[in-house]
Amino acid sequence: MKKILVIFMLAVIGYSLGTSFSTIKFGENRIGDPKEEKNVAAFYLNKTPDELSVANVITAIVVNYRGFDTLGEVSVLFLAATGLGSILYRRRKKGEHPEVITKPASQLLQSGSKLIYPAILVLGAYVFIHGHLTPGGGFQGGAIIATGLLLMMMAYKDFEIRHNVLTWVESIAGITFVSLGLTGLVYGKSFLENFLPTGNINDVVSGGIIPIIYIAVGFKVAAELAGVLETLLSNKEND
Amino acid sequence: MSSIDYNQIMSIGIYGSAIGLILIGLYAVLLKKHLTKIVIGLSIIDAGIHLLFVAIGYIDKGTAPIFSPKGIEMMAQGKTMVDPVPQALVLTAIVIGFVVTAVALSLVIRLYRHNKTARIDQIKSLKW
Repeated sequence: MKKILVIFMLAVIGYSLGTSFSTIKFGENRIGDPKEEKNVAAFYLNKTPDELSVANVITAIVVNYRGFDTLGEVSVLFLAATGLGSILYRRRKKGEHPEVITKPASQLLQSGSKLIYPAILVLGAYVFIHGHLTPGGGFQGGAIIATGLLLMMMAYKDFEIRHNVLTWVESIAGITFVSLGLTGLVYGKSFLENFLPTGNINDVVSGGIIPIIYIAVGFKVAAELAGVLETLLSNKEND
Repeated sequence: MSSIDYNQIMSIGIYGSAIGLILIGLYAVLLKKHLTKIVIGLSIIDAGIHLLFVAIGYIDKGTAPIFSPKGIEMMAQGKTMVDPVPQALVLTAIVIGFVVTAVALSLVIRLYRHNKTARIDQIKSLKW
């Protein structure tokens, strides 16, 4: 009975969504000529290459035009890491070790992860250093680095990330982000204003403060995700 | 004529699959009994909404909004770039979706530890 009701409700929701979205034409050019700046997207497409010398428009939006938003996003991630720690907090009994996995991993996983781990770290660093030139950026690169750490945590049960190191990396990255924003406020008119020379488009060193902020975001996201994974994995149920 | 047909097929396919993902996720959230499956349903709803956002920003025969040498060359040939604003919003939404999933999973672990089960029909304290 409940199932029939739910399916009926889903059909109603699906029909109303479908009719409303069928009025939006797929693939229609709603931006117009970027030079005329009729809407927000045209403004970003027109301004980004000249004003900031950043190739990736999405990076320019996320880090510069809506940089304050990204600061909030990074603090939401921080909140999640803290919240997980406090929700899953459990006092250890005497003589209990923070064991991650009880069974040792297979030989194949152990040797394979040892081989792949440095390559994953290098790929993550590449993705967030080139965030202003190619698809990718701080969040993606940080997530890639966290997957490498997850692989090592699953392969070796004595692989331990020290929480002190994570906290320091996270704090330094966050302080870099906020202090760059405040420096923009001092030298310019607004928070996170670009005060460094922008350089030539498509160079690695270009775009002023954008690559620095994205590298900081990459470190911060990697540390936070590794902290979340470590908290989730090290809570073994043993009673 | 053929291009109109192609566009219609694409719009039905992409909007349809995005709305389908949202409905599948809602179904899992409403009817599944296991808490982990409910969390998976929430992630599926997220994926559907992201697909819908990016599909709305698409422009026919548009390139990625990146001014690489190739992109500048294609712009000079009169091609347009797709709308960058929905993509930037989706980048934010993916991170928030991850956070929601992580916190929900931690609450599931907490509930499991308290009740020794993760099925909502077996958690006695919900009934009165």
